[in-house]
Amino acid sequence: MNLFDILGPVMVGPSSSHTAGAVRIGNLGRKLLKEEPVRADILLHGSFATTGVGHGTDCALIAGLLGMRPDDMRISDSFRIAKDRGLSFTFTNKTLKDAHPNTAVLSLYGKSGQHIEVQAASIGGGRVMVHKLDGIEVDFSAEMPTLVVYNLDRPGYVSEVADLLANHKINIATMHLYRDKRGGYGVMVMETDQPIPEDALRSLERMRGVRKVIFINTEV
Amino acid sequence: MAFDSLQTIVEACGREGKGFWQIVMEDDMREREVSWQDSRNEMYHIWDAMLLAAATYDAGLTSKSGLVGGDGAKMEAYQKQQGEDSFCGEYMCGVIAGALQMGESNACMKRIVAAPTAGACGVLPAVLVPYFHKRGCSLDQILEALYVAAGIGQVIALRSSISGAAGGCQAEIGSASAMAAGALVHLKQGSPEQIIHAAAMALKNLLGLVCDPVAGLVEVPCVKRNVVGAVNAMASADMALAGITSRIPPDQVIDAMKEIGDNMGAAFRETALGGLANTQTAHDIARKLNGDGSGPGQA
Ligand code: SF4
Repeated sequence: MNLFDILGPVMVGPSSSHTAGAVRIGNLGRKLLKEEPVRADILLHGSFATTGVGHGTDCALIAGLLGMRPDDMRISDSFRIAKDRGLSFTFTNKTLKDAHPNTAVLSLYGKSGQHIEVQAASIGGGRVMVHKLDGIEVDFSAEMPTLVVYNLDRPGYVSEVADLLANHKINIATMHLYRDKRGGYGVMVMETDQPIPEDALRSLERMRGVRKVIFINTEV
Repeated sequence: MAFDSLQTIVEACGREGKGFWQIVMEDDMREREVSWQDSRNEMYHIWDAMLLAAATYDAGLTSKSGLVGGDGAKMEAYQKQQGEDSFCGEYMCGVIAGALQMGESNACMKRIVAAPTAGACGVLPAVLVPYFHKRGCSLDQILEALYVAAGIGQVIALRSSISGAAGGCQAEIGSASAMAAGALVHLKQGSPEQIIHAAAMALKNLLGLVCDPVAGLVEVPCVKRNVVGAVNAMASADMALAGITSRIPPDQVIDAMKEIGDNMGAAFRETALGGLANTQTAHDIARKLNGDGSGPGQA
């Protein structure tokens, strides 16, 4: 915990886990979708479901989906802003198996038809973790630049991706592979020391077997 | 690496001939690999957000549950009307009003600074903002005091906890009060020893405080507990400046807080199952909140 985790964050209240964390989850959902969301079907689990309304968890999630940050004064007004911006949404309380108490599942549709389902939890102090992507169990916080690659599970692809990044002088800090239990494809999540430039992302997308490439730049 | 002991910071002050705040700031520079200007700018940003939050309190707001709002304005009116005739005196009434106002702003979804948490966001500004306005101290002194506060909070976080879910309210309001007490001692040029003894006394006074938020919301008793955190910080700072020390060394007080938190039943750690949250009235409130159609909405 650095000094400004103690004094800070500057945030809209009332709760770092239920409000600030929820904004971050919404924001991550937006970045993972890679475009302006037009529809969001959201499941709330555990304490997000029971005390979410009083903590503004619902408007915080929508605020995040609209691209607001945890200190944005418009968070409590996000439902109205969503309407203006053409984002429709639903909330449903649902008890999930083996999920962190502050969990939300966002099923998101973008304006050009992109879709992603993100399960994420607010783990305290405004920090969040993504636990599932399109049903595949993952585990990342996106506190560092993070690359997510959906790919066919075939031999050799790990080193191909690593080579490509090395050619662009990008250091890989951590790398994890997650497999769909049903087999077929998996998700590769890498945290990198540097942001990944557009052209590298384009080359990744052109690689054989790659279905989708998402890059979360923490510096913007 | 952040300090895990208040005593170590005091020893570093003696060895290097530096102030408590300076040792903490230099540690931040090392830890985050930033210049002192960057570190100071960040702290200035924190202070600016506190000042702005204090100045933009809106007495007309109530929280979504309807439980909280307007008390800070009542206290301010009382302060103006009673002045020195009030039991706490003019100045202290202002501190109380400030603590209530910040707690209410947080509950009403306004922008605040978590210090160390959102629930305890009122304690530090309640004691620092009036001092800044009325006692005319410089911006630099305030920023130094904030480093002192943050340094104390960091040690508590490492040795024990600053989360109500882990350690009860002693870890939130108690920690905030300890941080504020140390900051106040610095503003009066107290020594590093006096800083950590003020923090220790403030924390001791709130040991055992449970986290029992009604209906699970950061409203009742949270808003008013910010008052006790602030008032207790001022009393502890004055005691330390008077030369009074904590008989139990400060680091051991923090360890005691951890032991108490570890042994606190889950009902008293933010689950809203015990204490005030388990009263008849709290149950009625919770039922009303969940059953009156204000559940998750659609659009
Ligand atoms: S009662 Fe719990 S939620 Fe409220 S301020 Fe204390 S620790 Fe925070």
